[in-house]
Amino acid sequence: MPAFRRASRRAFIRLMALWCGLFLWSASQVMALDVASTVHESILSNGLKVLLVESPKAPVVTVQIWYKVGSRNEVMGRAGLSHMLEHMMFKGTERNPKGTFSRLIRKNGGNDNAFTSQDFTAYFENVAADRVELALALEADRMQGLQLNEKEFQLEREVVKEERRLRTEDDPQSSLVEMLFAQAFLMHPYHWPVIGWFSDLNAMSLEDLKTYYDTYYSPNNATLVVVGDLKADALIETIKRLFEPIPKGPTPPAQRVAEPEQRGERRFLLKREAELPFAMVGYRVPNYTSDDSYALTILESILSHGKSSRLYRSLVYEQKIALAVGTEYNLLQTDPELLYCFAVVKPGSKIQDVEQALYREFERIQESPPTDQELQRAKNQVEAEYLFGQDSNFRQAMVLGQAETVGAGWRHIDKFLERIRSITAQDVQRVAHQYLTADNRTVGTLVPLPASAEPAAVSERH
Amino acid sequence: MMIRQVNTLIVSSILSLVLTVMLSASSDQLAQAADINPVRFVMPNGLTVLVQEQHALPIVQIHALIKAGAAHDPSDKAGLANLVAGLLDEGTTTRSANQIGEQIEFVGGALQAKAGEDFTTASARILKKDIELGFELLADILLHPAFAEHELERVRSQILGEIQSEKDDPGQVAGKAFKQVVFPSHPYRWPITGTEETLPKIKRADVVQFYTREYVPNQTILTIVGDITADQARAQLAKRFGAWKRGDNIARTFALPHQLEKSVVKLIEKDLTQATILMGHVGISRTNPDYYAVTVMNYILGAGGFSSRLMDSIRDNQGLAYHVGSHFEANLMPGPFIVSLQTRNEAANQAITGVVTELNRIREGPVTDQELSEAKSYLIGSFPLRVDTISKLADVLALVELYGLGLDYFSRYPKLIEQVTKDDVLRVAKQYLHPSRYALVVVANQNKAKVKS
Repeated sequence: MPAFRRASRRAFIRLMALWCGLFLWSASQVMALDVASTVHESILSNGLKVLLVESPKAPVVTVQIWYKVGSRNEVMGRAGLSHMLEHMMFKGTERNPKGTFSRLIRKNGGNDNAFTSQDFTAYFENVAADRVELALALEADRMQGLQLNEKEFQLEREVVKEERRLRTEDDPQSSLVEMLFAQAFLMHPYHWPVIGWFSDLNAMSLEDLKTYYDTYYSPNNATLVVVGDLKADALIETIKRLFEPIPKGPTPPAQRVAEPEQRGERRFLLKREAELPFAMVGYRVPNYTSDDSYALTILESILSHGKSSRLYRSLVYEQKIALAVGTEYNLLQTDPELLYCFAVVKPGSKIQDVEQALYREFERIQESPPTDQELQRAKNQVEAEYLFGQDSNFRQAMVLGQAETVGAGWRHIDKFLERIRSITAQDVQRVAHQYLTADNRTVGTLVPLPASAEPAAVSERH
Repeated sequence: MMIRQVNTLIVSSILSLVLTVMLSASSDQLAQAADINPVRFVMPNGLTVLVQEQHALPIVQIHALIKAGAAHDPSDKAGLANLVAGLLDEGTTTRSANQIGEQIEFVGGALQAKAGEDFTTASARILKKDIELGFELLADILLHPAFAEHELERVRSQILGEIQSEKDDPGQVAGKAFKQVVFPSHPYRWPITGTEETLPKIKRADVVQFYTREYVPNQTILTIVGDITADQARAQLAKRFGAWKRGDNIARTFALPHQLEKSVVKLIEKDLTQATILMGHVGISRTNPDYYAVTVMNYILGAGGFSSRLMDSIRDNQGLAYHVGSHFEANLMPGPFIVSLQTRNEAANQAITGVVTELNRIREGPVTDQELSEAKSYLIGSFPLRVDTISKLADVLALVELYGLGLDYFSRYPKLIEQVTKDDVLRVAKQYLHPSRYALVVVANQNKAKVKS
């Protein structure tokens, strides 16, 4: 049973993000086997795209509604607006006033929540199959009926600021992640964090939220995904009845900022109170639109997936200079983003040595291709992860929703496994050579400063 | 210790909900949960086995629970159980650490071992086609760990590094201090990982002795869930675990933890923007007959997400925190009851007052009919989510066996919740919440927090 502490919640936050990045990466690939035959796609007259998957394994369903709006749609000075609006989406409509949404779902034995990223904002309900209409009706209601209230906004802004303090301000490693993106993207909105800067949160107005809501929350800018124990033919009629009365909205403005090519290494330091040095190296890489994304996916796996991966074996096991090391890459991004590595320096080791050790591993794979065993292991892991991932309707829905929302389209998933299977050792070597270069990287280093703290005080009282 | 796209995905509301409640169902779905009907048998060497067939997907989870955890560490060698668990997959008498990693990962499987307060778990997740390998590797790490000196030193230095790194996490700092205050001279006092003082004292002989005494089949529960028949499981078990030698039965004697006689405040200075606040005291054990009434009461108080009183007051009406909640950690012995929250330093006193107000309120008057019925309908209706994947079910089956809940637990649970009355809720609130004698731990910039004491 999990401990209800911030510690475990933090670990969870990271796991959660890992889980998103990872399962999208893996689950999507094997879904290729049969995704086209399982997805029932419809587009309603108002432009809402609906994806239904019949999965009668258990009498439950996941309802997810994905809006094509995230921090990449924000403008300078209003970083965090997408996420702020996501919080406000729980503040009620005329029909379902504040507090009723989650309460209704819960008393029907379900759960609901939402998440915001750079590319999307999504809302979900996990409910019994016979309660699917409740979840759908609530989502239809708040797609356009949200009541934005000044007092609620003022309160919720404080909650979001607490969230920022929790996630970023008081966490040295998260702070470095935030800075890495700010340095690697100078013009593109991936520059700022999803949760926003304090100054932007303070500057936001109710009017900003209203305009944003009117611009992006419309059926033609959303995808509805339902996976579980359902009959697609019957459910689509229910969905039409609930969602088609919502009028089509204006076409949201396109986000056209493209980040120019990086020409030369960028380095930065973060000096603050911390126990251990921490390093991050981010490389600008393509997204799903490039064929290289498949080889990059395999490269990431060979470098960092498990105890048999190259980085773990070299830096953690053999050289014993890092406590933790890894790389992250997710090709399902709307715009090209980063493949990044991180390393927590082991007490007694030098951060310079850790950074150089990372580069040596990259050079090794640039100089000679991975072994057949490594390549096959990465491919096997992909297939296995998919099968394990199928245990959950939520995961299946998430893959479809994300693929659709970032612009790849859910059908893109279909060719995925096939492409992964056809990747050769030379492909992996080539993308390592092409992207993991000094000129293409941004390097951030957390330099720990000693604590200014006085010794802990203990007092007792009656 | 992983950094994973922490700033690219923000999950709103109460994060802990997302993973634990991927799927849920209403009471109509209980029939399905009630279908859980594992085959249970005890092998000649005393190994207790539960097998639940689930053939929807070609995957299998094999999960071992050894009834020895951090609570059984010698008091000057805290961290021993965790070190033993951490060394299981770092080499056996016939396989090196690298060989184990390579073999399991090549087939896309996973091995995991983890020490807890009362017990240790070790599990294998494997595709059906590789089931033979899964049993072979799990048995190898459980029956034949080598505990090589160089691996021990490496893992020890790794854990020491992690302990140092955890000092950057105010939640960890507060949690460790909280246990010290609430469980003085009790085994739950120390962190499972041990401390910078105790870990260096552990010798290889301690590791071997602990392993030899504790890792015996008659102290172990093995649950197997997935695409495998009971007969196939029996055959694998006989082949891989049949030779595991029965050990001495271990008589455990536990001192019950005492409640604090008065409130204790511990303030820890850290230059942060937020105060991390933990409040609480000794709670209940899992085998306490009031467990279900406490579960309902605590849902209404602070475990019910946006339906809970604490969330409503502290977050929604005062905007003081992103997260606030309460939790009873019901272990073999009474574990802690903890309210946790984080708020800006300057608001610490206001938040603490808000929590105490809610603790008093639920002790002073009955909950409403609506609160009671909504708590019950959620707890009953969402029960199937706790067993909706093979790994969750393997985990829960082992706990059902450990706590002696009986294999009919899955069909009894709705009744156990349903029979809780408003009087029960009030009674257990009065009996198990102590808002006048609690531990309060605050990690914060104390000059700004100015906690009243």
